[in-house]
Amino acid sequence: MMPISTSGLSVLLLALAAMAYALGYRRARRFARGTTLRQRTLALPAHYATYALLWAALPAAIVLAAWLALEPALVRQVILAELPATVRALPEGERDLYVNRIVTAAREGEVLEDLDPALRREVRHYLRVRAVSRMALAVVVLTVSAGGMAWAVRRISPRLPARQRVERVTGVVLQLCAMVAIFTTIGIVLSLLFEALRFFRSVPPAEFLFGLQWSPQTALRADQVGSSGAFGSVPLFAGTFLISAIAMAVAVPVGLMSAVYLSEYATPRTRAVAKPALEILAGIPTVVYGFFAALTVAPLVRRAGEAVGLDVSSESALAAGLVMGIMIIPFVSSLADDVMTAVPRSLRDGSLALGATRSETIKRVVFAAALPGIVAGILLAVSRAIGETMIVVMAAGLTANLTANPLEAVTTVTVQIVTLLTGDQEFDSPKTLAAFALGLVLFAVTLALNIVALHIVRKYREQYE
Amino acid sequence: MNNADDAMDAISSPVPARLQRLRRNIRRRRRAERRFRIYGVVAVTIGLVFVLFLFANIVAKGWSAFLLTHVQLDVHFDSATVDPEGDRSPQSLARGDYAKLVKTALRERFPQVRKRRDKRALYKLVSSAAPYVLRDRLLEHPEWIGRTLPVWVPASDDVDLWMKGQVASADVRLDEKQRAWLSALIEQGRVEKRWNPFFFSRGDSRQPEVAGIGAAVAGSFFTLLVTLLLSFPIGVAAAVYLEEFAPKNRLTDLIEVNINNLAAVPSIVFGLLGLAAFIQFFGVPRSTPLVGGLVLALMTLPTIIVAGRAALQAVPPSIRDAALALGASRMQAVTHHVLPLSLSGILTGTIIGMARALGETAPLLMIGMVAFIVDIPRGPLDPATVLPVQIYLWADAAERAYVEKSSAAIMVLLAFLLLMNLAAILLRRRFEQRWQ
Repeated sequence: MMPISTSGLSVLLLALAAMAYALGYRRARRFARGTTLRQRTLALPAHYATYALLWAALPAAIVLAAWLALEPALVRQVILAELPATVRALPEGERDLYVNRIVTAAREGEVLEDLDPALRREVRHYLRVRAVSRMALAVVVLTVSAGGMAWAVRRISPRLPARQRVERVTGVVLQLCAMVAIFTTIGIVLSLLFEALRFFRSVPPAEFLFGLQWSPQTALRADQVGSSGAFGSVPLFAGTFLISAIAMAVAVPVGLMSAVYLSEYATPRTRAVAKPALEILAGIPTVVYGFFAALTVAPLVRRAGEAVGLDVSSESALAAGLVMGIMIIPFVSSLADDVMTAVPRSLRDGSLALGATRSETIKRVVFAAALPGIVAGILLAVSRAIGETMIVVMAAGLTANLTANPLEAVTTVTVQIVTLLTGDQEFDSPKTLAAFALGLVLFAVTLALNIVALHIVRKYREQYE
Repeated sequence: MNNADDAMDAISSPVPARLQRLRRNIRRRRRAERRFRIYGVVAVTIGLVFVLFLFANIVAKGWSAFLLTHVQLDVHFDSATVDPEGDRSPQSLARGDYAKLVKTALRERFPQVRKRRDKRALYKLVSSAAPYVLRDRLLEHPEWIGRTLPVWVPASDDVDLWMKGQVASADVRLDEKQRAWLSALIEQGRVEKRWNPFFFSRGDSRQPEVAGIGAAVAGSFFTLLVTLLLSFPIGVAAAVYLEEFAPKNRLTDLIEVNINNLAAVPSIVFGLLGLAAFIQFFGVPRSTPLVGGLVLALMTLPTIIVAGRAALQAVPPSIRDAALALGASRMQAVTHHVLPLSLSGILTGTIIGMARALGETAPLLMIGMVAFIVDIPRGPLDPATVLPVQIYLWADAAERAYVEKSSAAIMVLLAFLLLMNLAAILLRRRFEQRWQ
């Protein structure tokens, strides 16, 4: 018998489910036909058919998913138990690495002849164990499915409340779908925490948070100079902060003023043209901004600096910050627009009636009333700027540099995450794990900013309702 | 102004002085008003100018990539060279030495070139992909064997850049002799900028002149397909649950808080999730549209859920009440009436979410979709890259010639985004229902 692939098995399962539906429908139709009102059925034929389908598909699908999720760990255990004694005597870390090599070699389908004989034997063994597991899986899944179908079809009778049963299952499925958001958050937190903890086992958290040196090279040999690598993240946060500050210096005034102008001064015709045109900025992918920042704005900034006799780096924080600021303009202006239109008309009218000019009304009344909302909007914009990746990856520097000079090259948290994780390196080195520690800090900071901002917005909204 | 001091002041001082002060004050306030207005105009102008500058800049840099400099050579399809087996079978033709054809044709065009170094410089005028072009043409037209025909082959990237005038004369990597040969060819009308056939059909390449976005577009397609298949059903189900069935309790609150927060999590964090959870933990193969689609689906979910809820909310309660009054269950009222009526709104939100997913780059860098992909992926399990990542790779490449490729790829990406947003707007207009 050929080992059956997972996708083949899924197709078979779908076929069984379709068959269950057809069988259920036929059976329901047979007794539904010619029933009088008194002996009417409790559900429509389609409900009975769906009932049968669910029984044929759901339990089997759960078995399939659980098996596939647990299989790697189980097969690993089997492999581990049958390793030669020499390997089993190794310390735990090296033993795991050995098993990892077997698993990756088997998964990537490496040519067996290229491996050394001992490893080749293990890979063959691994593949054999997995084939057995897959065969057993196919048998179990198909049996469960067929059993479910047989049971459900036999149970179909006019007195079976199939609609309620089906709707209950549907309701649970809907709820599970809604809970994907929770699972995602849990997944993010767990994966970041787990890897970051492994990182903190080799680098103390205090050194990571307060260290001033960032050079994440891990040495090839232990006795090499600077072999430990330095993981002090302060320069990265300083760089992130510098670029974000430049971005906000562009985005906040421009965004606020364009929101004010478009909602208070512009004629309807200007508004109809300018507003969607500005919103285009929000739809442009960040990689396009990055391209623009790196290949057009950065040289421009450099040349402008040279013209006035300043030495500007070609990866200056200024260029990245400027473009990032432009990117955030529509974000600030749409949020400002929202909160300012929420300010009640009566406040504006009162101010105008007292003889204030329009700008005075806006500055002293509307801004003042909308201030919490505007602050919240700015916080959200800051969190966008901190988490923005492509612009800085393409236009900012790669080496850590603790400076407040916007004309120098600085690097950011996101840039380091990308550089640490792109390219082929093993997953377990502190170098790659550092990316997760940085990601954890990034996630925590943006989450805090968002929660504070959303809280302010909600409180503020209640104020005028 | 109206306080007691001012009033005393007004009585004691002569009237014209007070009036003057008032006038000055009003003039100052008018000026402030005008200034404020000008700030507004300046702010809007900055944004608009930037949009125009960005588009103009990218089009100016990129449009030339749709054209490619070709050189016309009189190629003699010598049967011994192209057909080593002598049976004219495709297998035999595929093994022919087409590089030799190109070299012979170039030598015959410039018989005065004798020295080996000069010859090598001469060969460099033509792309190293030219032999493959000849092979493909011959496989299409086996009857050409033994004949001498003028064939257009792609020029090398240096010639292409020079012809397009995209490099400063100091950076031109053509020496005097090469330029002289090129001028001779131009005089004979044998150099021409023609439609670049490789840009849309090929994958990435180390030779910029034949690099294309075909593989990246296919990768984007499969990635978005996975994203759509996952995020649309899950997103709609979640929206239906939250809007129609969810009880008011802590779990529901928790779900809503999570959706709001996920919408604001930096995209790169989703990439870390994809790497640690999907690739390391569940063993989904790296660099594939499958894992890319999974990550993007999680990112797109909040957009679809929020849009879906808004669309469901727009359906008036009377529809539900009517269905329930006729004996439908709540599930039936939703699936038969509410959902179909809100579908256009949900689809609009989905298209916008997909457009955002199409432009997303950062998380895909984490999960290995930055690979150098030459072959066009044929399914969601083949290693692939996507269009924005291809843009990133080309923008980073050292060769000058990739800049125009990158700009042109941006033009294609923006065109796709424009189409999707247009579709969303049209869909909204067409199905917009008024319930008054």
